[in-house]
Amino acid sequence: MWVKQISVFLENTSGRIAEVTGTLAEAGVNIRALAMADTADFGVLRLIVDNTAKAEAALKAKGFTVGKTDVVAAEVEDRPGGLHRILQLLHEGQINVEYMYAFVQQSGSNAVMIFRFDQIEKAVALLRQNGVTVIDDDRIYQL
Amino acid sequence: MIFDIEYETMPREALEAIQLRRLQATLARVYAAVPFYRKQFDQAGLKPGDIQSLKDLRKIPFTTKQDLRENYPFGMFAVPMDNVVRIHASSGTTGQPTVVGYTARDVTTWATLMARSLSAGGATRGDIIHNAYGYGLFTGGLGVHYGAEKLGASVIPVSGGNTKRQIVIMKDFGPTILTATPSYALHLAEVAEEMGVSFRDLRFKYGIFGAEPWSEKMRAEIERKLGLVAVDIYGLSEVIGPGVAIECHEAKKGLHIFEDHFIPEIIDPATGEVLPYGERGELVFTSVTKEAFPVIRYRTRDITTLHAEPCICGRTLVRMEKVSGRTDDMLIIRGVNVFPSQIESVLMEMKGLSPHYQLVVDREGNLDTLTVRVEVDEGVFSDEVKQLQDLERRISKNIKEYLGVSAKVKLVEPKAIARSEGKAVRVIDNRKL
Repeated sequence: MWVKQISVFLENTSGRIAEVTGTLAEAGVNIRALAMADTADFGVLRLIVDNTAKAEAALKAKGFTVGKTDVVAAEVEDRPGGLHRILQLLHEGQINVEYMYAFVQQSGSNAVMIFRFDQIEKAVALLRQNGVTVIDDDRIYQL
Repeated sequence: MIFDIEYETMPREALEAIQLRRLQATLARVYAAVPFYRKQFDQAGLKPGDIQSLKDLRKIPFTTKQDLRENYPFGMFAVPMDNVVRIHASSGTTGQPTVVGYTARDVTTWATLMARSLSAGGATRGDIIHNAYGYGLFTGGLGVHYGAEKLGASVIPVSGGNTKRQIVIMKDFGPTILTATPSYALHLAEVAEEMGVSFRDLRFKYGIFGAEPWSEKMRAEIERKLGLVAVDIYGLSEVIGPGVAIECHEAKKGLHIFEDHFIPEIIDPATGEVLPYGERGELVFTSVTKEAFPVIRYRTRDITTLHAEPCICGRTLVRMEKVSGRTDDMLIIRGVNVFPSQIESVLMEMKGLSPHYQLVVDREGNLDTLTVRVEVDEGVFSDEVKQLQDLERRISKNIKEYLGVSAKVKLVEPKAIARSEGKAVRVIDNRKL
């Protein structure tokens, strides 16, 4: 039910991201969301794709180090203060956001954010109690 | 099994008598036939006849790699080319290659020593040996090959490279003994995994690995990933090739040196003083049976310790510890002696880290900098950058604590560090001194 994110270890050299996107294109995998975190030497590319298993296999075959993590996709009202409300809830609930990034597609009239939490179950329960829509995995890949 | 029960279990006294007789004959021959050795003796005011005991050996000057280079290609040969049946050469990665020659009898001696070695490592007549040492000028491939035939085992002369094909051969032919460099053995395991082949399903029982230094941690990893008992073999082309010393699979604790053919000494690399058993220093060899290319007090530049305690396997031959470094691998970084094997130990202590690393030394201004490149595989990867940065910091801290030298740790992608089919490139020294 959790949304699966794959992450890829990359050295900061030119053309490495293109090799990831090229590998996924060849495998017929569609990228739904993407975020890069980097340091001077290396980076971690995080991806939500329409076919996680296929993407993972294709990248591993090319020799990339690939990780899989459970993340949460939550609907955020597309108006001023929409994201702030959610972050405020999490802060009050003492839940740490490790990182987050935006999903490309909207869900209806709402924006979608991807969250990585230290306590995923507690976070989801809290969001749901407060009326925030958490999108489960079968729906997110189809958005 | 002990292949040569008489010589490998000989009482010390009898062994030393044979060593002395053979040494004296060798010295007389090289003095007469090799201008370099005659000059060495003359300059030291020595005659071969002055060597009356094994202790007298230390009066003779050392022979170095540089001496061999200066006599390139055939200047150190002690027989006419008519009697030389084989020529090998070192890779020459650190300078001019060294060329060595063998008479027919040398080839037989070498085959016997390799048969002893394979036997000590667990091989018998009934085994199939997958020999992935390179065939060619390098002594590894042909050394194992002749020894395997001498032993009566079946040898697959697969050589290095063509790794995927090797995995197929392993599946189809069912070899029971693997001979390769330890880094290539791990490479085979990686490629097998990629191909969906498990070493556990293959028939390997023993692996005999050498030609590059490797740690106990690396042994544990090889044994786990390949599902076999791994022993260390030692040799260098200048002395004869592989088969100078071998670990027995019973004890796996130190390598038995075939002292009836080679006399080992340990010296202080700085002063040249001979050190007693139990002390760490540079290994020096004198060959006492070789005809075409005898070496007298040859400095191997390998760092080890000799032990004379008896072994559970029954061999009476002295044992050398696994080579823990090379006098020329030793990096001096801001005044601290650093051996790549020490860095390897630090990495292998840390859970999940791969044994693939490389040291890069640079000089910025007047300051040496050490960068340790470590491959990130799934065992340590995290989607959180701060975890990876924390890993870099922990490695750096452990290196500092263990070695007393500051290092910048750089995480790199899998296979970013070249795995040569032969020896792994562990050090890149960019300092222009």
